[in-house]
Amino acid sequence: MSELLRREPHIISSGLSLLAEAAREQAARVTQVDWAPPMAGTEDVLVPVLSDQRRIAANALAVERMLAVRAHLVDVAPAGPTLDLQPGEFLHAGPPVSWDRAAGPLRGALMGAAVFEGLAGSPEAAAELAGRGAFALAPCHSRRAVGPMAGVISPSMWLFVLEDPATGQRTYCSLNEGLGKVLRYGAFSPDVLERLGWMAAVLGPLLAAAVRRHGPVDVTAILAQMVQMGDEGHNRNRTGTLMLLRDLLPSMVESGIASGDIARAAAFIGGNDHFFLNLSMPACKLALDAARDIPGATMVVAMARNGTDFGIQVSGTGDEWFTAPALTPRGLFLGGYGPGDASPDIGDSAITETAGLGGFAMAAAPAIAALVGGTAADALGTTRRMYEITLAEHPLYRVPALEFRGTPAGIDVTLVARTGILPQINTGMAGKVAGTGQVGAGLVTPPAAVFPAALRSLARSLPPLRPDETAVSSSS
Amino acid sequence: MSAEHVEARPGAYADSVTLMRVSADVRQADGVQAALIAMATELNLGLLPEMGFRPPQDAGPNHLLVAVRASDDAALAGALAVVDTALSARALSATLGASLVQAPRTTGAAVRAGGPGLALISVPGRYAFAEAMDALEAGCDVMIFSDNVPVEEEIMLKDFAARRDLIVMGPDCGTAIVGGVGLGFSHTLAAGPVGIVAASGTGAQQVLCLLDYAGAGVSAALGVGGRDLSAAIGGRSARAALALLDANPGTELIMVVSKPPAAEVAAGLRDFAARLQTPVQFALVAPGEPDLTAATETAITALGLPVPAWPRWPGEVPDGEVRSGAGHRVPQNGGALRGLFAGGTLCDEAMVIASDRLGPIRSNIPLRPELSLAAREPVLGATVAGHVMIDFGDDELTMGRAHPMIDQSLRLERLAAEAADPAVSVVLLDVVLGHGAHPDPAAELGPAIAAARASGGVAVVVSLIGAASDPQRLGRQAAALQAAGADVFASNAAAARFACDLIEGAL
Repeated sequence: MSELLRREPHIISSGLSLLAEAAREQAARVTQVDWAPPMAGTEDVLVPVLSDQRRIAANALAVERMLAVRAHLVDVAPAGPTLDLQPGEFLHAGPPVSWDRAAGPLRGALMGAAVFEGLAGSPEAAAELAGRGAFALAPCHSRRAVGPMAGVISPSMWLFVLEDPATGQRTYCSLNEGLGKVLRYGAFSPDVLERLGWMAAVLGPLLAAAVRRHGPVDVTAILAQMVQMGDEGHNRNRTGTLMLLRDLLPSMVESGIASGDIARAAAFIGGNDHFFLNLSMPACKLALDAARDIPGATMVVAMARNGTDFGIQVSGTGDEWFTAPALTPRGLFLGGYGPGDASPDIGDSAITETAGLGGFAMAAAPAIAALVGGTAADALGTTRRMYEITLAEHPLYRVPALEFRGTPAGIDVTLVARTGILPQINTGMAGKVAGTGQVGAGLVTPPAAVFPAALRSLARSLPPLRPDETAVSSSS
Repeated sequence: MSAEHVEARPGAYADSVTLMRVSADVRQADGVQAALIAMATELNLGLLPEMGFRPPQDAGPNHLLVAVRASDDAALAGALAVVDTALSARALSATLGASLVQAPRTTGAAVRAGGPGLALISVPGRYAFAEAMDALEAGCDVMIFSDNVPVEEEIMLKDFAARRDLIVMGPDCGTAIVGGVGLGFSHTLAAGPVGIVAASGTGAQQVLCLLDYAGAGVSAALGVGGRDLSAAIGGRSARAALALLDANPGTELIMVVSKPPAAEVAAGLRDFAARLQTPVQFALVAPGEPDLTAATETAITALGLPVPAWPRWPGEVPDGEVRSGAGHRVPQNGGALRGLFAGGTLCDEAMVIASDRLGPIRSNIPLRPELSLAAREPVLGATVAGHVMIDFGDDELTMGRAHPMIDQSLRLERLAAEAADPAVSVVLLDVVLGHGAHPDPAAELGPAIAAARASGGVAVVVSLIGAASDPQRLGRQAAALQAAGADVFASNAAAARFACDLIEGAL
């Protein structure tokens, strides 16, 4: 029986402030909800989705599966055989996109990758081939992979292979090239291609030897620790990078590979604060993939952008992408670049926010807030705001400044629609002209329209009501 | 020469009470002749032409309507600045506070921060389901003050609540007392032996205030929503409320208060009540049933307390003499009775009493379907013949507006129109005090009543529903209404009978 008449009244009021005031004047304990109408276009679908009798258990299962995943780095291997990626096939970030609609950074990365694979003699020739439809493009997500920024993966590139030991499920991500003029930001100059060549010839095999010698590296454990040391796993991965290097360096030294190569690799990893991003991302994808395909679940399992469109996928709606034009981040710019130089939002890296890191863990990395001229208090406020739209608090990712509260994890489409609060994403910014490279870093959100679209699809996927669900209940 | 501004702002939302305050602020600005700041619901858009404004194109309920007419451009600019200042105060504080402690944005978030409790939901009805479902999932009992909630949503919520051993009070639950706290339109009463289950807000308030005057306190008053005893809902929450009160050691007598229930539901509920440990007294407003005052008197007697003489202002007049204590001059042609109610059940009760005496009464909430008035007809000024009673708290008249117990403006307009109608001889009003209600209703109604009395000699009779501890101060409100020329009664049934006496006395 309800506790209503047995407990001290605690009034939780949404709507008229007058009613809350009246209760407060009678010395009742009152919590006022700062309510506002839901996002436009969701009024009529919220009720059927919220009344889906599968929803509560489905979301609980999605959360349970997401939180149960441990991501171990088990191998480093070339993409061709690992993903069955054939010459002329390229994976890219975000939802599906054709060359015709591809943004500058994605085009630049594809052009560079085609030259890197020896399919074209020059970036210009590669662009011409791509324009004639000579290459096959597919989202990284369609092969259980993720890629930062343009996210282009070609057969000769090496991948991190992550595995959940409990289920044997795997995810994949390319190796991080560093910042500035790099392929993933759309640059394709000779030094970019030369670096890719060294990564495939030296770095990949060295890391593979080290991982095999060391045994699986517990990436989830590193993530849990780095969140307590100022990283948020998306735009700041400094601690994670150094912890990875700490774990692997002895095995690299013992691998028998030439000391000059080891020295260059160690300097390269240690000098690239973003090296660990390419482990954070597939670790997040591994957790979210476990929560996929649960009928009735309203949890977001992927957020990804290709520089043209921003797309999300939701557990209860399978592989369907809900897309809308990507927004352009705002933030700080490198050198002489300015807002007019930035491409719209790009990259699979928003998988970190989807799993409770990145912008959702901003309170753990107040330095990131400075990207938009914000303060440490803003960083705390951002993480606090994300609790409004998430289903869980991550038991491993704990934020010291929030009394070690777990980060908000598991975005609920219905909560986004009800509150109008959009997920906060920390991201890098690529130049909009192919070949430019990175121009800055900043903050962005998904375009609001993807959430009503997902909600409408969830409403369409509802099972018909069974007759007994509306029957008059008998007295008891 | 005047200046005018009409605009529909997308994406700007504020609740109806806030907007009413903003409208009031703007109307008081220098040189302002007319102003309406409200959400652009059909009803509010319909008010624009009456105020001389041309409705904006493509405005819908998610737009904020800003319509102002002022004496000149400068006054208009000043008025619009008042609008912006009043509306931006909330936005500004939200921005500054964003980094500090943030108010929860959903009931679920509030529960995560502060634990479960009773969720009091008064968001617009079409959005109430989401908030209520959230509250139930978080383990809260729910009181839905909102109206305009679809019946199938009510069924889903009540069934979900039953599976979780929770109770849904409402939708359209105006009144409750839980743990000594009056919620919604309510009163603070002494703790006592009477538990109330109410499918009627103002009906419950009438009973509560009479019990208060008689010195009988309440253990709890659980509203269940105006539709709970309909055939569609089948008394789902009434049974849950009865069971809760039956298990409550402080409750010695339960009263069930309702507007006309579905017959089979009432019968089922009587069977259910008969199996409880605690005696149950029914107060159902329907033809052939005792009125609320009579049912309350029976309950008072059952508790062993004396039944008092219910207050009236001015005081008693000699028995049997039909004469207004306020010195009403009643027209000699019989004339029509017009009831202008904020409380639906009070309107029902007055119709049951008056139709027995005077014959059929037309209404927007008619006792029989053939007596129906189109809902908006009475508001928008069409003149109707014969006896009419209007419930201004009905769903269709509160869409996008505050309840008439807070916002009296539609009723004040209608009072003036009735007074100007030579066919009308008596106007019957209810004034409900207590938490949530207008802070000083007599201050607005008094001058309107005085003007009505002065314009045509129409008699005004008021049922004044209030408890001794109400913030508006019962005695002061009664005195002000009486001074304006009204006859005032604490019992709505007594007020209705007095109005009939006046009409019949004139025949």
